[in-house]
Amino acid sequence: MNKITNNKAWFLVLPVFFIVAISAIIPLMTVVNYSVQDIFDPQTRFFVGTEWFEQVLGDRRLHDALIRQIVYTMSVLLIEVPLGIAVALTLPRKGWGVSASMVLLALPLLIPWNVVGTIWQIFGRADIGLGGYVINMLGIDYNYSQNPMDAWVTVLVMDVWHWTSLIVLLCYAGLRSIPDAYYQAAKIDGASNWAVFRFIQLPKMQSVLVIGVLLRFMDSFMIYTEPFVLTGGGPGTATTFLSQFLVTIAVGQFDLGPAAAFSLIYFLIILLVCWVFYTVVMNAGKREEQ
Amino acid sequence: MRFQKRHIALILYILFLLLPIYWLFNMSIKTNSEILGAMTLFPDNPTLANYATILTDPAWYSGYINSMIYVAINVVISLAVALPAAYAFSRFNFVGDKHLFFWLLTNRMAPPAVFLLPFFQLYSSVGLFDTHIAVALAHCLFNVPLAVWILEGFMSGIPKEIDETAYVDGYSFPRFFGTIFIPLIRSGIGVTAFFCFMFSWVELLLARTLTSVDAKPIVATMTRTVSASGLDWGVLAAAGVLTIVPGALVIWFVRNYIAKGFAMGRV
Repeated sequence: MNKITNNKAWFLVLPVFFIVAISAIIPLMTVVNYSVQDIFDPQTRFFVGTEWFEQVLGDRRLHDALIRQIVYTMSVLLIEVPLGIAVALTLPRKGWGVSASMVLLALPLLIPWNVVGTIWQIFGRADIGLGGYVINMLGIDYNYSQNPMDAWVTVLVMDVWHWTSLIVLLCYAGLRSIPDAYYQAAKIDGASNWAVFRFIQLPKMQSVLVIGVLLRFMDSFMIYTEPFVLTGGGPGTATTFLSQFLVTIAVGQFDLGPAAAFSLIYFLIILLVCWVFYTVVMNAGKREEQ
Repeated sequence: MRFQKRHIALILYILFLLLPIYWLFNMSIKTNSEILGAMTLFPDNPTLANYATILTDPAWYSGYINSMIYVAINVVISLAVALPAAYAFSRFNFVGDKHLFFWLLTNRMAPPAVFLLPFFQLYSSVGLFDTHIAVALAHCLFNVPLAVWILEGFMSGIPKEIDETAYVDGYSFPRFFGTIFIPLIRSGIGVTAFFCFMFSWVELLLARTLTSVDAKPIVATMTRTVSASGLDWGVLAAAGVLTIVPGALVIWFVRNYIAKGFAMGRV
């Protein structure tokens, strides 16, 4: 669509600009301020330059948390994206089943994140939870609050349970936009199911999949609440991801300087990915228009 | 609807989704002795005592009211500021529009943990700490960009000729926007309101940090009860079930648009 150039449109954008500026720029300036100063109390503060950044970047615990975070986020994407596509392909195209599946699939997305943690906390316990009970019945020694591996897998399964529906709904939106004529043409040509998927369905899902993959990347990269409730980052540090680590140093130890420096680095990583995301989506939009 | 083999896979997946939720519900209607005593798929003596505890204790039910209030304020603010902005983004080129849009998006992507302390100090210093409006404003950080994004997607689907015809017919901008344009994107507004509701309702970290007593949300009440009394699983499960109910209710109203909404109106 061609748009008219009109700088008065800024007046329509001003309210958004102000409200987001208040809740984004002022806090961000505060963080920048903290990251270069050593603060003892409001009157006593010293400029320390890049000391906090050097300290944080050399911190072993941060490196470990970052590696855990990357492994976790990659696992989340590798499981949820194929599973989400597969489930989306099984969804009915019309009839009462559509609404019913939509509501049931979206249900986990609407549960408060700490309740998601509580649900799995209960479900996974060997003494009172069905899941933990059944796994132990099968002869596997499973205890997510003692065994780091079990805790990690539980957090991963919880995330799959919680967020795969997002990919399903996105892919389904893409699939719905395919006209029936395409399928009929494929049938006449005698195309295999795989060919239909590869050459008709996958290209139509491409743009929504980009959104889905990057939303899942962002949100799993800043996951906090669910593991906090389920395992509290433990046992040990097995499920301490970046946000958990940040909250520990900022609120737990009240080390404002390092916490602020770490916040900025964290934010920059996400900003970089966000920029890639934005560019990819916008270019995909342009290609479609042509 | 013809039954096909692939539907078995779908039903299995939905069972996987529902089983943990069923287990929560199952526990919420059991007594604590049955929860800890035996593994039962169905409660022997269903009881509503856990729900009664929550609905009669102000410490519990005020949490639900507080959550509802700040979620409602947040939805109203987000929609009010996002509607004109989304219109501007979908219809006009203006200086810095692409940069502004990108900057808005970065706020959707910012980890709330980064903003935790500054928010706490900002709202404390202006005397808004522990008020509903503080949480509602803090949630605007990610809900306003999201609302602009979804609405922009829906608005771009409305042909521009409608605007032009209305202006030729002598409509002023506010009258056109209120009487013609907003009714046209009803479903988009509904979906946007739903998403703002959803993300404000499920958020814990900011809501918990910015409140202590008067505006304490239900999600915070739940985590504090876990650490305080620890073992009252029945009441905890009942509280959990009650937090799922509002989401399940609103989802019914947007069921036909939800897939499009998750695609940010961009399909």
